[in-house]
Amino acid sequence: MDSLTLDGNAIAGLLQEVFVLEMTSAIGTCASCGASEPIGAVRVFRGAGVVLRCPHCGDVLAKIVKREEQACVDLSGFRTLEGASRAGLAVRDDR
Amino acid sequence: MSFVSRGFHGRRRSDADASRIPPGQYVTSDFPVLSAGPTPHRPLEQWDFSVSGETDEERVWTWEAFRALPSEEVTVDIHCVTKWSKLDTVWRGVSVDTLLEGVDTSAEHVIQYCDGGYTTNVPLEDVTGGKAWVVYEYDGEPLEPEHGGPARMLVPHLYFWKSAKWVRGLRLRVEDEPGFWEVNGYNNYGDPWKEQRYWGD
Amino acid sequence: MEGAALLGRLSWQLADVVDLIAETARVKTLALDIPGWQGHRTGQHVDVRLTAEDGYQVERSYSIASAPNGTRVELTVERLDDGEVSPYLTDELRPGDRLELRGPVGGYFAWEPALGGPVLLVGGGSGIVPLMAMIRERARAGVDVDMRLIFSSRSWDSIIYRDELQRLSGSGLTVAHTLTRSQPEGWTGYARRVDAEMLSEIGPDAGTNPHVYVCGPTPFVEAVATALVGLGHEPHRIRTERFGPTGG
Repeated sequence: MDSLTLDGNAIAGLLQEVFVLEMTSAIGTCASCGASEPIGAVRVFRGAGVVLRCPHCGDVLAKIVKREEQACVDLSGFRTLEGASRAGLAVRDDR
Repeated sequence: MSFVSRGFHGRRRSDADASRIPPGQYVTSDFPVLSAGPTPHRPLEQWDFSVSGETDEERVWTWEAFRALPSEEVTVDIHCVTKWSKLDTVWRGVSVDTLLEGVDTSAEHVIQYCDGGYTTNVPLEDVTGGKAWVVYEYDGEPLEPEHGGPARMLVPHLYFWKSAKWVRGLRLRVEDEPGFWEVNGYNNYGDPWKEQRYWGD
Repeated sequence: MEGAALLGRLSWQLADVVDLIAETARVKTLALDIPGWQGHRTGQHVDVRLTAEDGYQVERSYSIASAPNGTRVELTVERLDDGEVSPYLTDELRPGDRLELRGPVGGYFAWEPALGGPVLLVGGGSGIVPLMAMIRERARAGVDVDMRLIFSSRSWDSIIYRDELQRLSGSGLTVAHTLTRSQPEGWTGYARRVDAEMLSEIGPDAGTNPHVYVCGPTPFVEAVATALVGLGHEPHRIRTERFGPTGG
């Protein structure tokens, strides 16, 4: 296994910037092999752009190319992608 | 750009001749490793290189046959779309002109395809006339897997995503066929001197 | 839960560097004051961005080391000799400087007391940072959730947060160190890579359905996650965060 490999946690900021939602806890199903994983657990590669790959079969789940003001996103490697959350934060401040 | 991090310079060479650096690029003395997928590890006895598609005869070379082809050492500057440039990189490999010598084709486009599934497209005229190589040595040593070994493309006049790592062949095509990144926002041609990074540039 | 902040557009903001605290020879904690900080879940991180005068920019992610505490946020950074960002953060940055960052981000690798336990934390090297935030939150919240830490370090001197872990252990927090390169004289603790035997000796039984968090260099995380599944832990209860080859 490639020691360079990162997981979806590494692109939490990028995903939130692009989707305006917390995505690492969203669950994606691979269109190739049907496995389901949270985005935080998928493999992430940085090439010219960002590539998300299924940790079970290795196929591409998504590609993201980010420019200044827009992003080009291909999610076709996901059969489904659900559970992205809007209210992602619980705050306790009782001091 | 408003905020500057006090005292931060990064690890760049600032003494490079500015005329060698395309717009928006920064020179590095590292060799960053970028990849669309895990490093393949194909044993040499299972490696071959093909020229196929719109041609009268498909050509295939085993590793031994490929290494027996005339090769040359070239020193070129390379420019990655992620903004780093590396000057005076030294490679050894086989010119694409050698691979296509005597090939009869009406193709105008070439698709590079690779172990791991990556593809990228270039016009045929951009890989002929001494502009491109299939290289297997970097800096005098066998090309390391993380940098594309056993062999990768070298097309230095375009952004480096057009120089596919782990290349296994060239497919000649009459029609253009946008590759892995070209279908997802990166420029179909990719001239760093015109800063053609993205669609519409 | 006293309040909830809606996720909006994530934007870069400037934090004030308040203090720098040496943890070990190679590791420093940056204490920041982040105006408008709304709190965070432990396990989350921030993206840090450095900009040079000619516009050159580089970004890295750093786990938040501290439990929520108003606008004070701590990051713990390991200095990588060939790093481009970490040496700047550990050697150049001074109190009074500002640091551009955005966050908090990440929702998958997060724990809060309301999730309960038992909790198994397995950290390798600087992978301890987000786990330490969880440990600190447990202490701050005063909950006696069964939390167990297995922490792999190279040597006694390289254990990040060593004294604080010692102080916090007890009352339901178990800390087990393993030292993989060198051990001090008289050491009776573990002296090898984290393996299935160690995990089954220290960790809660898979049947208790613990929340498991594994963080550190990619090979470490892969090996530990595999061993945990082999011990019967449900894969979806094991949350992983890979720091790449060197750990950040």
